[in-house]
Formats: sequence, structure tokens, C-alpha cells
Amino acid sequence: MLDWFSWFTHMENSKPLALLLFFGAFCGVMLYVFTGKQRAKRLESYKYIPFDDEPPENLRSEQRSQSPQGDGQ
Amino acid sequence: MAQSSALPVEQYNFDIVRRFMIVSMVYGIIGMSVGVYIACELAWPFLNFDIPALTFGRLRPVHTSLVIFGFGGSALFATAYYIVQRTCQARLAFPWLAEFTFWGWTAGVALGVITYMAGFSQGREYAEFEWPLDIAITLVWVAYIVVYVETLRRRTQPHIYVANWFFLAFLLAVALLHIFNNLAVPSGLLKSYSLFAGVQDAMTQWWYGHNAVGFFLTAAFLGMMYYFVPKQAGRPVYSYRLSIIHFWALIFLYMWAGGHHLHWTALPDWVSSLSATFSILLLMPSWGGMINGIMTLSGAWDKLRSDPIMLFLITSLSFYGMSTFEGPLMSLKSVNALSHYTDWTIGHVHSGALGWVALVSFGSFYHLMPRLYETKLYSQTLVYVHFWLATIGIVLYITSMWVAGIGQGLMLRSFDDYGNLAYTFIETVEFMHTPYVWRALGGAFFVAGVLVMAYNMVMTVRASQRERAALEAKLAAKLAKA
Repeated sequence: MLDWFSWFTHMENSKPLALLLFFGAFCGVMLYVFTGKQRAKRLESYKYIPFDDEPPENLRSEQRSQSPQGDGQ
Repeated sequence: MAQSSALPVEQYNFDIVRRFMIVSMVYGIIGMSVGVYIACELAWPFLNFDIPALTFGRLRPVHTSLVIFGFGGSALFATAYYIVQRTCQARLAFPWLAEFTFWGWTAGVALGVITYMAGFSQGREYAEFEWPLDIAITLVWVAYIVVYVETLRRRTQPHIYVANWFFLAFLLAVALLHIFNNLAVPSGLLKSYSLFAGVQDAMTQWWYGHNAVGFFLTAAFLGMMYYFVPKQAGRPVYSYRLSIIHFWALIFLYMWAGGHHLHWTALPDWVSSLSATFSILLLMPSWGGMINGIMTLSGAWDKLRSDPIMLFLITSLSFYGMSTFEGPLMSLKSVNALSHYTDWTIGHVHSGALGWVALVSFGSFYHLMPRLYETKLYSQTLVYVHFWLATIGIVLYITSMWVAGIGQGLMLRSFDDYGNLAYTFIETVEFMHTPYVWRALGGAFFVAGVLVMAYNMVMTVRASQRERAALEAKLAAKLAKA
């Protein structure tokens, strides 16, 4: 009844399966992170969290005024 | 930059951060000094003095445990407790439990090194603690996780900042590694036998050993980097999205790489190849993270001329990049055949441990000092002095180990025209004497830098106490007048 389970115990099956799963997950994370303008904007806005409990002058004024969309901007 | 902070200190529990920082420095000084001593023992063996407790075999785990767990571990407690409060804008949860982690960790490390000198050890690298201490450390670690996660849960920020992700991965992975690698059958109060045998035992040990590097000495210190580099630079991290990729790729890839410590052994060949492949892949997230950290300074490179703390942080990232290039290179079977069992490995470890871990910790501590003690740093000049002593020390250390390691590796593989070994083992030992002397000198430079830092720290604390006393006296005088 559980014979199908033994398919996973063969290395020649489980290794390519693991590769597909992990590579798929990696592609999924990449797509999630680097697609969607709104999402990109939201994700990049989180980089200001370390400055949220400091007086604004501690963060360079030009940094605050710039859009958080671009990397390193 | 040395500056006083006008932050509402009472909002957070900084007392625990201060204490972990001080203990980290104390353990760092002792552990690194022991390191210099055992480096001298290798150059001048008479320094063993035929005293068992002072022999290289016993002092070596004293050195590694004090610097990794005593210095590095306490630095991670300090910065994790600081960062989680500041990025969550929430006070540390369960102060009594945090107190327990402080005393538990400090006492655990101290007891560990005493037992090593007395000759009690599991004989597992970086996991030499015998079973009662392993259990005690597990309890402290669980308490650490509870304090950290509950503080995260109480956050007023909707998002968990990426530094905390790295700390969470470190907390969970180290718990997993510590428990499974230390599964043993006790046969006395300070003696036990591993639950695993043969090559499985070796594989478990190096799954632990490499991930101790990956999660204890890398992931957690990256958490430190993702907070303190932007804070010191006064600009946000270069790319938050890159930090997300960095995180997931790093924690996924590291777990598979441990087998490269066992190339050319009884380990199945496919496991060896798998670990080498993952080690090569690790170059990508490692360099992604390094670039993300360094590029945070993009547009503000002038800070490297004016801010010695920034020098510490950016140089630490450069060493991180260098050692994460060297590591994959050494994981290749053909390179490993030369490098393994030689001092090249020791040089590699120290380029990461001194160049990356210690420098990023020093940079973070210098950033913290004025903020935790509400005063200016005593001397910026001494920070520069420390930086150059540390950098010269590291360079002397790693270059001498390259010479010793690659030299010995080549000598052991040399054949004469008749197919006989060209050198005897003792000839390779004689060859290594000179680089060993240079290595000890490099270590001495590094320790001298740490002593300068400790002096700067003590003077900063004393200045803070004087300022506070003067303020209190002024306040008392005003109240008396009123």
C-alpha cells in the first residue's frame, strides 16, 4: 500500500526531486522579491526601520527625502 | 563617530547589553592572550613547561571556547538584545530570564575552560564541553530564544527588520546543532561517549562544526552588520531586497557544506562532492551580503577618512568577502588535498574570525559605547591605533599561515627522482618555525589592539560616571536652593 513511498528512498529519484523543489523555491523567492513595483517599494521602505527611533537629523536628510524604490538610493 | 546620544535610555533595557559587552571584552582579552601563548608554544615548545594544564592540547580548546563563545557569544547576546529592542521599539521581555542568560552563559563558559584545563573534554572540536555543561547551555539557549522571540512578539513595528531574521536563524540553528551533535551516553559526571559511531560521528561533528561557523560566526554577525553598518553610516542598507535573497540563500546553503571538512576520508564520495558544490554556491550569497554592506556607504565614502568606526565595519566586510572566497576554494577536493591538515586552514579560520567576526564586533561596540553610557567616546585616536594594530596583526597572521600551510603541503607532496618523499616530516616542522614566530607576533599585535580598546572603554565609562556624578551634584544643589 505504501509501495509508492519507496520511490522517494531511491537516491536517483530523491536527488533530482530535491533539486527541483529547492530550485523552484529559490526562483519563487527571487520572483517575489524582484517583481511588482508596489512590493519593491514596500520592501525597500523597511530599510529605514533602524532609524525609526532616532531623531530625524541622524539620518542624512537627502536619504529621507529620496524614494525608497531604487537600491542604494 | 564619537557622539553623545540624546535617546530616551530608560525606554530600553541597556543594563544587560552593557554587562554582556563588558564580559565579551574580558573573555576576549583572556581568550586571545591564551591564543598568543599557544602560538608561542608551537614556535618554542619549552613553553609547555611539562605542566599538563598548560599544554597546547588543553589550552587550544580554552582559546577557541573563550574567543568563540566567551567573546563572540557574549557580543552576540549584547547586540541581539540591543538590536531587537531598537528595531522593534519594545523593551526586552522577561528581564529576569535575560538575567539568567547572562549569568548562565558567563558561568558556563568559565566552567567549560576550567574543565578543559583539568583534562575533561568530549574531544569534539568547538563542542568540547562535557555533558552536564551541554545541558546547562541548552537551558540558557532556550531562555535566550524565549526572551528574543517574546520581544519580537511585543514589537510596535509591523515588520521584523532583516537583522532580526539573521539572529532568529542563528538562535534556531545553534539549538539544533548543539543538541544533535552532543547526543551522548554519560559514563560519569565528566565523561560521556557519543551516540554516533565511525564516519556518522565524524559527519555529525562536521555538520555541527561548519554550521557553527555558518550560523554562530556568520549569520548572527551579519545580523550585527545589517544594523550597525547603516546606523554608523547614517544611511539605510544599500538594498533591502538583496538582504532578503542574502538571508534565504545563506541559511539554505550553509547546512549542506559541512562534509567538505572530511574530503578524502571514509565519507561517501557523493557526500563529499555535494558539500563541495554547496560550498561553491555559498560564494554567491556571501558576496551578495558583503556587497550590500559595503555599498551602504555608496555616496559617503568620505566617512572612511573621518570615521575610524566605519573603517572597522567596512574592513570587516572586506575580510568577510576574502574569507568567503577562500573557503569555497579550499572546499574543492583538489585544493583540499593540499590544504587540509596544514596551517592554511588555521590561517583561513583566523581571516574570518579576526578579520570578520572580531572587527565587526569591535566596530559595533565602539558604536554602542557612547550610546550605552551617554557620553562621548574617550579617544578617537585610540580607535585608529586599535584599527591599525588589529589590521597589521591579521595580515601578519594570515600571510604567515599561508606560507606555513602551503609550504608544508607542497613539501609533503614532493618526490625525488626515485619516487621517494623529498622531505621528512620533521623537515616540514623545521620549515614552519619562522612562520610560527611571525604568527605569534601577528597575534600579539591583535591583542595589543584589544588592550587599547579596553583602555578606551574603561576611560569612557569613567568619564560617564564623572559626568553623571556632576549632574547629580548640580541637581542636588538646585534642590537644596529651592
